[in-house]
Amino acid sequence: MSSPKGAVSENGPLEQKKQGVKERKISQRIRNMVSGYLFISPFYLLFAVFGIFPILFSFYLAFFRWDGLTEMEFVGLNNFNIIFNDPLFWKSLYNTIVIGLMGTAPQLIAALILAFALNSVLVKYKGLFRLAVFLPYVTSIVAVAIVFSVIFSNQESGLVNSFLGLFGIDPITWTRSEWGAKFAISAMIFWRWLGYNTIIYLAGMQSIPNDLYEAAKIDGASLRQQLWYVTIPMLKPFIIFTVFTGTIGALQVFAEPHIFQGRAGREEGITVVLYLYRDAFVSNFFGTASATAIVLFFIIIIFSVINMYFANRIGQSKKVGTGK
Amino acid sequence: MSEKRKTLMAKISLYTLLTVVALASLFPFYWMFVMATNPNNMINQTPPVMVPGSELVANFQNVLDSIPFFQAMLNSLIVATTITGGVLILTSLAGFAFAKLHFPGRTVLFIFILGTMMIPPQLGLIPTYFIITELGWLSDLRAVIVPGLMNAFGIFWMRQYISSSVPDEIIEAARMDGCSNFRIYWNIVVPVILPAFATLGIIVFMAIWGDYLWPLVVLQDQSMQTIQVALRALMDDRVRDYGMILSGTFWATVPLVVVFLLFNRLFIKSITDGAVKS
Repeated sequence: MSSPKGAVSENGPLEQKKQGVKERKISQRIRNMVSGYLFISPFYLLFAVFGIFPILFSFYLAFFRWDGLTEMEFVGLNNFNIIFNDPLFWKSLYNTIVIGLMGTAPQLIAALILAFALNSVLVKYKGLFRLAVFLPYVTSIVAVAIVFSVIFSNQESGLVNSFLGLFGIDPITWTRSEWGAKFAISAMIFWRWLGYNTIIYLAGMQSIPNDLYEAAKIDGASLRQQLWYVTIPMLKPFIIFTVFTGTIGALQVFAEPHIFQGRAGREEGITVVLYLYRDAFVSNFFGTASATAIVLFFIIIIFSVINMYFANRIGQSKKVGTGK
Repeated sequence: MSEKRKTLMAKISLYTLLTVVALASLFPFYWMFVMATNPNNMINQTPPVMVPGSELVANFQNVLDSIPFFQAMLNSLIVATTITGGVLILTSLAGFAFAKLHFPGRTVLFIFILGTMMIPPQLGLIPTYFIITELGWLSDLRAVIVPGLMNAFGIFWMRQYISSSVPDEIIEAARMDGCSNFRIYWNIVVPVILPAFATLGIIVFMAIWGDYLWPLVVLQDQSMQTIQVALRALMDDRVRDYGMILSGTFWATVPLVVVFLLFNRLFIKSITDGAVKS
């Protein structure tokens, strides 16, 4: 836009200037539009190719029989029939939920207690403790799974087995026993994520104003009452966040059983994502694997809805509680 | 007096708890090192060895004979740095657009991006694999890098950060001086959001470095594998050499631990910021 300063016209300089400002505003709006769309376009282009297209194609593929090489064959709902009649699918869903509960629920409670301890005024060297507790999170899931596979080795000389041996307990074949496999996999999840969740709760606790605790103390609240009536209600958004991410993460567990029990998995530890992976990339049943992907998608939605329902309920009951 | 004793008891129990948890967190690292430095016949004895041995070099040599360890580390580094760099640029540009530029459909387009965050990555796994095959990118690092540049969380996060940290007045003033939107982004927004780059960069780098399922599916050629996929191959032997397995795992973990210890405040801040903002 040229500057109207030097321009002389019949309408006079003021009119000219107004015109200029108006024009500039319009051209600025167009420019913002162009740059706006340009700046956000990479995401949408990538999402078109690697997001929406594969998702739609998954829904399509779920109705076909396909080994990846030969012609696709339309089979209707048969793929869903196959997986719903496959005991191993139900076993994988059961395992996913059990491992998720065992690895996540006690872990979140432990993280809460740990964060409360780390937040205490009585403790010195907080930075050091925080560092130690957080270190497992820096380890990759694969590394954790490998280390714990060796710790929970089936041999008598395995670390856990020889520890149990001290108490006269016979060695456990961890990879091949129903609860042994689940326990080992849950332990991996517990160990890696405990520090992560502790740090999040700690950040939440540090954002609680001290006056609330002071007021509680004046009212004669014990330490436990402070935790129960001040800390936990104030932490609600943080707890909801960790429960949400924990649930979604638990439903997608893959690396731990894949490494612990071998690439095809075993029925004691197979999870839904491992079931899907094995169907697709070990057996080349891409149709049934796509059907599993869709079922998994709906399972995640169902669990998210349940979580949201409880998150809202907790909010309401708290309000009722304060109304008393 | 009893108040004092109570405090002392509380102190003792707090320190006991924290020490036990800290030791439990650190023990696997120590034990990895013990295993990585002991010969196999020591590892298989009962009770197990608890002190480092002298086979540090020999065990690592076995790792090098078994998998292309350094190539895999390099592949992981290439993938993680390229994606992190790309994601920081793309998400901050998009975040700037959503935070400061007005254009039709802005809200709907932004909500759409938030919606994509709900989709589990496994849903499109199989077709994406065939797209990669069609593109001829199997066992090519691009198979991991290009889809990895798509980061909805990053856009959301950058938008929040830019909205609250870049004042509208500065942008208006720059416009008066005739700055283009890209110049405004580059000369005004980027310097202000450098802390956000550090935070988001750590989150993205960590996630990509540890990613397993997708690289496992598309990087089948051993020389193209990332370290996570390569490490798993150490578990393949029928008779497992635990000294070698944990040597590989230990040396693959050490670099990240060192970086973490150097920048631990930034790391921890990244994780909590990432959680609090969402």
